[in-house]
Amino acid sequence: MVLPFLIEKEFKQMMRNIVLPLIYVLFPLSVINVVPRIATQEIKHINFSMVDNDHSPLSQRLVHKLSASPNFHLVGTYPSYRHAMATIDNADADMIIEIEPEFEKKLITHGMAHVAVATNSVNGMKGSLSTGYVTQILADYSAQLRDEAGLDAGITRTARFNVEPRYLYNTTLDYKLYMIPALMALILILICSFLPALNIVGEKEKGTIEQINVTPISKVEFILSKLIPYIVVGLFLLTFAIFLAWLIHGYWPVGPLWLIYLFAMAFVLVMSSLGLIVSNYSSTTQQAALLIFFFMMIFMHMSGMLTPIASMPQWSQTLTLINPMRYFMEAMRAIYLKPVTFASLQWQFMCLCIMAAVLWIWAIVSYRKNS
Amino acid sequence: MIVSVHNLKKRYRRVQALREVSFDVNEGEIFGLIGPDGAGKTTLFRILATLLLPDGGTASVDWLDVVRDYKAIRRRIGYMPGRFSLYQDLTVEENLQFFATTFGTTIQENYHLIKDIYQHIERFKTRKAGQLSGGMKQKLALSCALIHAPRVLFLDEPTTGVDPVSRKEFWEMLHHLQHDYGITIVVSTPYMDEAMKCDRIALMQDGQFLQIDTPQAIIAGYERNLWSVSSDHMHQLLGHLRQWPQATSVFSFGVTYHVTVSPDADANRLRNFLAQKGHQHIDINPISASIEDAFMALSTTRQG
Repeated sequence: MVLPFLIEKEFKQMMRNIVLPLIYVLFPLSVINVVPRIATQEIKHINFSMVDNDHSPLSQRLVHKLSASPNFHLVGTYPSYRHAMATIDNADADMIIEIEPEFEKKLITHGMAHVAVATNSVNGMKGSLSTGYVTQILADYSAQLRDEAGLDAGITRTARFNVEPRYLYNTTLDYKLYMIPALMALILILICSFLPALNIVGEKEKGTIEQINVTPISKVEFILSKLIPYIVVGLFLLTFAIFLAWLIHGYWPVGPLWLIYLFAMAFVLVMSSLGLIVSNYSSTTQQAALLIFFFMMIFMHMSGMLTPIASMPQWSQTLTLINPMRYFMEAMRAIYLKPVTFASLQWQFMCLCIMAAVLWIWAIVSYRKNS
Repeated sequence: MIVSVHNLKKRYRRVQALREVSFDVNEGEIFGLIGPDGAGKTTLFRILATLLLPDGGTASVDWLDVVRDYKAIRRRIGYMPGRFSLYQDLTVEENLQFFATTFGTTIQENYHLIKDIYQHIERFKTRKAGQLSGGMKQKLALSCALIHAPRVLFLDEPTTGVDPVSRKEFWEMLHHLQHDYGITIVVSTPYMDEAMKCDRIALMQDGQFLQIDTPQAIIAGYERNLWSVSSDHMHQLLGHLRQWPQATSVFSFGVTYHVTVSPDADANRLRNFLAQKGHQHIDINPISASIEDAFMALSTTRQG
């Protein structure tokens, strides 16, 4: 049996490469350690300017309440909106909160007063999130005031209800927990499609393929010898990444671990086969690298990794059905966040397996020993 | 005929690499393909090594068709491409082991075949193939091509870029393989001096054969008188020689000119002719032809 020997040769070459073994360690380490800390959608520091036109005890309390929040930082109090606007223009503040004149008096007599919130929305995400936070604090304050007033007559007339959201699975809305499974998929897609893509075409460039082609090695053996090492490397990287996520961030999948490996194997098979197909059709490593980069960019952006698939236009949602990364991403997030079973993910698994089979056969057929 | 080729054709887009080439190689013979770069030697090798499909004609190796029985042929031939194509990041021993295993054999089983060659490089067996010198790379490549005991060896320009001493050693090894093991060898070379070391040669140019015969017969068949001429004004000499009516062809050969002359030509008359043109130290020697002379003559006849 020649296959184990062919695989051994691939590993020897891999390990003699100065860069590759280093990448296998450094890449998961930096991605799992650094990226979740920097790629976050939580808004932590909101600088705001106050315009208090009332200067009453009640308006002062509101200012204190806002500045007491860990996410809010008071830049300064200004006599008018125009003055406060200057702080936004200089990018010192993200938000202006203006309390109307006679705020306290209106509250006591009418049970109703206005607070204006103006937010810098150049960064739309940050703008809407920080407005949301402020609204919460204001609602909280008004509820507090009502309680203190002892449910005055004005309230009983309107029905009032509190919405208390309960966040399922990711209870603290921790962005890291959402991103880490996605980053694991990213590690796999990078290593396990790039390296196979450069492998066969590399042998073409070096001329070694000529010598291999005159041997009686069959196509299936040859392609398997190129595929299996990357599946092994992929599973090693995944294990390392899971370990790092636990060590650094304290995350451990809620669902069964073996399910992650099952999906990872199917996914790596799909991506490595794609890499080998690209390699077979390319005549230089440059061509292969650019081609696989193209696939990776499309797969990543259409996988739901950064933007949810449900918010894509319909045509692009349909296109994601042929994106292997979509299924892997869904499975990874589900297994990390929910106590899933295989049954609930069998559709994703089926799709990955069909793709793996098609691409694997394609990889074998497209490899030609003569021309 | 262990290698038999009939009307083989191959075209790459605009270039006709092979134009209906036919030849046979006898068992146990060293057959040389002699010709300049671009003559079609590599194309011919790649078809015989089952790496390239011909456009027309047939070829068989060890009585097996190169298109139909390519799998069986691969077990019976050793192919050494013109470009060094072993794994440069594997060691000498690992390369040999690798090719032995891919052919389902072991180094020990066929060690006797490669012993004489491998000896030269065995002390470097833990060195990576990429770090070997040119001559040693060729010896390793030959060892790898031989490790599965092939019946026919195809060597595509094995001595190109190799120093003269290693070249000589390499040819001694080929003769040794031929005599002791009866291995048939088809070898190409752009060096005309190596042609003499083959049993038979085919002179090749522009995808076709000019002549196939033993090197001796080719030279003998080149019956025209050949003179080597030199003087103190070599630059002008070429033009003046071409003006002399009895010179049929003149071409530069090292530090002298080789002039083919008609049978009735007289060396003294040429001497006088050149002296009139102002040449001194005129040296005219009748010489016996070499393969290169034959090749030059044949290729100019074709073009003319």
